[in-house]
Amino acid sequence: MTVPTFDTVAVGDELPPLECPPVNRTLLALFGGASGDHNAIHLDLDFARKAGMPDVFAQGMLGMAWAGRLLTRWIPQARLRRFDVRFQGITHLGNGIRCTGRVVEKLEYEGERCVRIELQNTNQYGQSKIVGDALIALP
Amino acid sequence: MIDKKWIGHELPPAVLPIERTRLQFFAKAIGETDPVYTDVTAAREAGYPDLPAPPTFLFAVELDSGAIDLLLERLEIPLPKLLHGEQGFSYHRPACVGDTVTVRSVIQDIYDKRDGALEFVVKTSSATNQRGELVAELRTVLVCRH
Repeated sequence: MTVPTFDTVAVGDELPPLECPPVNRTLLALFGGASGDHNAIHLDLDFARKAGMPDVFAQGMLGMAWAGRLLTRWIPQARLRRFDVRFQGITHLGNGIRCTGRVVEKLEYEGERCVRIELQNTNQYGQSKIVGDALIALP
Repeated sequence: MIDKKWIGHELPPAVLPIERTRLQFFAKAIGETDPVYTDVTAAREAGYPDLPAPPTFLFAVELDSGAIDLLLERLEIPLPKLLHGEQGFSYHRPACVGDTVTVRSVIQDIYDKRDGALEFVVKTSSATNQRGELVAELRTVLVCRH
């Protein structure tokens, strides 16, 4: 991994986007088990329907984990200082999520030279599911 | 309406020993392909003592312990009405296989919007390791929709 440096990174630079496979039930079951989120609304169609949803849908933290992968492909995780997201919309079955990130600011944060990355997860129809930002300390 | 008396309430500490097979399972579930997260040799070459927990993994600690179930029960938020509104992490040091992480949470705020149609619970947490060192701080906003 070639680590980007503070001096070579510019505001406006985009991180290489991450394309995730379409959400299916197997993926939701695996993530539910691995993440400890056993909420049946993500796993059990009957439960989801009783809750007024048309079907099961993705755990918010699955989308955030994907956004995390976007970041740790770009820099080693040890450089990540902050990672904050807002869940904007439900990620439904069949949604293929694309994670994107863009450098929006170069700043000093707690004595370190950092960049702020604006993050977004969108599905194949361009609907935004997650927005957020990350602070990364660069050498 | 969620009773505002819970503002300031502390949840029981949640303790999770970080295990290798769990992190490998998590990596599989999120489609992680970087060997740092699945292969101990690659993790050591990257400077970690063992596999590191990925950036969002620590959210599992209070799910595993039952602290989140307890929170929902105490605040009387039914699962079908629950949504995750926001999530944040600030990082201080890695948590790796072999570490035991303890998460302590407090209810920071409870408020509503649209005349109570949406209620929000803000929870802040600190995650420390077995040496008492701060690993990360977490901020969670849960939403109850009516």
